[in-house]
Amino acid sequence: MAMSTGLRRCGRRLVASVCNNREVSFSTTCQGNNVIQQLQHGQLQETGKSLNLCSAINQALHIALETDPRSYVFGEDVSFGGVFRCTAGLAEKFGKKRVFNTPLCEQGIVGFGIGLAAMDNRAIVEIQFADYIFPAFDQIVNEAAKFRYRSGNQFNCGGLTIRTPYGAVGHGGHYHSQSPEAFFCHVPGIKVVVPRSPREAKGLLLSSIRDQNPVIFFEPKWLYRLAVEEVPEHDYMLPLSEAEVIQEGSDITLVGWGAQLSVMEQACFDAEKEGISCELIDLKTLMPWDKETVEASVRKTGRLLISHEAPVTGGFGAEISASIVERCFLRLEAPVARICGLDTPFPLVFEPFYVPNKNKILDAIKSTVNY
Amino acid sequence: MPVWFTKSRTITHHLNRKVGFMGIIHQNFWISSSSSMQPSSLSSIFIPGIDEDHSTPHIFPFNSSIISRFSLQRFKSTKAASQLAQLYSTDDDDHDNSQVLDFPGGKVTYISEMRFLSESNVKRIPCYRVLDDNGEIIIGSDYEQLSEEIAVKMYSNMVTLQMMDTIFYEAQRQGRISFYLTSTGEEAINIASAAALSADDIILPQYREPGILLWRGFTIQEFANQCFGNKDDYGKGRQMPIHYGSKKHNFVTISSPIATQLPQAVGIAYSLKMDKKDACVVTYTGDGGTSEGDFHAALNFAAVTEAPVVFICRNNGWAISTHISEQFRSDGIVVRGRAYGIRSIRVDGNDALAVYSAIHAARKMAISEQRPVLVEALSYRVGHHSTSDDSTKYRPVDEIDYWKVERNPVNRFRKWVERYGWWSEEEESELRGSIKKQLLQAIQVAEKTEKPPLKNLFSDVYDIPPPNLREQEKELRETINRHPQDYPSDIPQ
Ligand SMILES: Cc1ncc(C[n+]2csc(CCOP(=O)(O)OP(=O)(O)O)c2C)c(N)n1
Ligand SMILES: [Mg+2]
Repeated sequence: MAMSTGLRRCGRRLVASVCNNREVSFSTTCQGNNVIQQLQHGQLQETGKSLNLCSAINQALHIALETDPRSYVFGEDVSFGGVFRCTAGLAEKFGKKRVFNTPLCEQGIVGFGIGLAAMDNRAIVEIQFADYIFPAFDQIVNEAAKFRYRSGNQFNCGGLTIRTPYGAVGHGGHYHSQSPEAFFCHVPGIKVVVPRSPREAKGLLLSSIRDQNPVIFFEPKWLYRLAVEEVPEHDYMLPLSEAEVIQEGSDITLVGWGAQLSVMEQACFDAEKEGISCELIDLKTLMPWDKETVEASVRKTGRLLISHEAPVTGGFGAEISASIVERCFLRLEAPVARICGLDTPFPLVFEPFYVPNKNKILDAIKSTVNY
Repeated sequence: MPVWFTKSRTITHHLNRKVGFMGIIHQNFWISSSSSMQPSSLSSIFIPGIDEDHSTPHIFPFNSSIISRFSLQRFKSTKAASQLAQLYSTDDDDHDNSQVLDFPGGKVTYISEMRFLSESNVKRIPCYRVLDDNGEIIIGSDYEQLSEEIAVKMYSNMVTLQMMDTIFYEAQRQGRISFYLTSTGEEAINIASAAALSADDIILPQYREPGILLWRGFTIQEFANQCFGNKDDYGKGRQMPIHYGSKKHNFVTISSPIATQLPQAVGIAYSLKMDKKDACVVTYTGDGGTSEGDFHAALNFAAVTEAPVVFICRNNGWAISTHISEQFRSDGIVVRGRAYGIRSIRVDGNDALAVYSAIHAARKMAISEQRPVLVEALSYRVGHHSTSDDSTKYRPVDEIDYWKVERNPVNRFRKWVERYGWWSEEEESELRGSIKKQLLQAIQVAEKTEKPPLKNLFSDVYDIPPPNLREQEKELRETINRHPQDYPSDIPQ
């Protein structure tokens, strides 16, 4: 049965839904029925409401529209709340002139967004699925990315933010599952941001919207409802291009972003039981990325593993690997490991085989440590 | 009218000098377009040449026949009138050469008034229909008569499609398949367009046209196999449910990205043209799909390459939650054909006989004249967009019910078929009983059938798996051996 295939997949969805049912924080690792709380980076400044990732994004959009009258939200089906409900309530509150449906045309959405942004507005656009961003590729790569540079900084479209859901969901097949971040990391002039949790999503989205450069903000749609976390209600921003060590360790550095971090977190937990201490880093911004944090960690651990859902060949893991080898060659005690998607289109019934699951990561942790 | 006519001479002259006749027409167009294309009462005053019952599309001010009729009847002896006749006529060859620019594409007349073409026609392009709401043929209709055999097959297929949608939708609700999407409300477009084609015509679908496959003999079991992604699915379990494809039925595999199939259809049509095939390409898009750049690319390529392709736009009012009023302006899709140099027709998509006749004629033109044709079929998406959607969030239930009940294409066609004595209540219940049995059986079989083997994850990425894939397959198999519990046991390895 197709559905059971999805459900059985490496326990990943199950884990998440257990987390969800218990309404515990995203950073909680669940093993079957055991729920193990792990304290995250610092304490919450202010206790906010428990929100899922979708609501956190929604809150950020409310704040963005409220705090800047020159901000706009638009895209396919955003007016009634969006197919994932991330834009719910915005049109009602801010009016159809600032929050609106566009015709079904991604190149139009991004091109229009560039124009709006060029006039000192904040254009917060939604591409319904990252899989459908490609009709806008030209507008992003040749236009948004070079708008400032080619004009000698006379013009810029820094107010453009492209939000788009990406990644596996268990039943998305070719066109509702892809992680195309690497294409955009290859384009100087564009920033690429991927949040891992509700709290992160809100703060990073507000930073992306207010950043003076065009940003593509990939939202892990698998976590829209599954990741629940306390999110401060106030307006706050989290810095771009700053990675975060979300778990300290001494034997190996693990680097990831977005939804993949929760899988890596489980692998860390299992490795710990076998006496391996993992340092887990959330890169958060893929471009321009925080090499220093990763480098410092690898200098400490001497080993590096990168994991992402996109196909391994030409994925952003390759860039991280090359950079760290350049910087830490003599310190490395094992080859850099990449546990990623396979070099195939994203498949439907074979999804459990395609994805970089916990045990693939755990095996790689062990073989890297024992190299 | 006569009152106006007697004054026309001075008025026209005056208008012509002051603002130009079209200037006034424009004001009227503005009014009419702002009242969402409803014919404004003013239109009958300012466009006296157009009869209310005129049965051909009104394309004023482009249509020379209307203009000349207009000028002949109304302005026979005035100088202004003869100038007007010249200005609006495209057929008139007796131009004063100084007033004409010989430009690629034909002579262009110079005029001294600054005149913007209006954004849309005063009256909407009429919709071709054959059956009235009671399933009776409208007297004087231009249509293709159907044989009993074809008519009954069409009706049976429409019912089958309806029932397949109901039962597969339910299977998704029960969690047996991961996704589904119905064609409810669009059964006539599906089946009647398929019926009007030959099996050699190549189909490039969007996704709401499974009826074409059904018509061509794709079995209920084959549909079920795809939705369940089992080893008998021709797509080898790789794509989401409803992404059918069948080489033997000349039905190119569905891809989710909207409108990408349209320019591809033109390329395929060009190949048929070069091979001098007695066949055409038929490609489908939704109203939403027409907003993509690929729609423009396709129409323009088709016109320029004179490719035998029929574009069928299912204008069903909605693209997920986006209403057509937010999708485009002007008079829908049909009017776009002309801008590209493509013949087009608007047809009642819920009238199977009209769809059949229009597609039959379009196909003939596409092949015998080697040219593209654009068909806009007006209909309604009665179901939710898909199983991921709840359309009551963005549209009134009344609207859905109206189309489901009052404008139901299957009921309408049934009334017509019954009128001939080709169909009875008895046959109806027999058909429904048998289809239901087949559907349930097909689901059971599809569910029990093995999943496609693991090797299908790696095959077909390229014609031959390159070293990186061979290596990844080997590693994956080792991983599976180490952690069999991580992987679904129903995928044969
Ligand atoms: C390029 C692209 N953008 C967005 C989508 C998401 N999407 C799927 S169907 C759809 C609406 C299509 O509407 P329409 O063309 O009118 O077809 P209908 O569903 O009404 O049959 C959208 C936006 C997509 N599949 N592909
Ligand atoms: Mg539609």
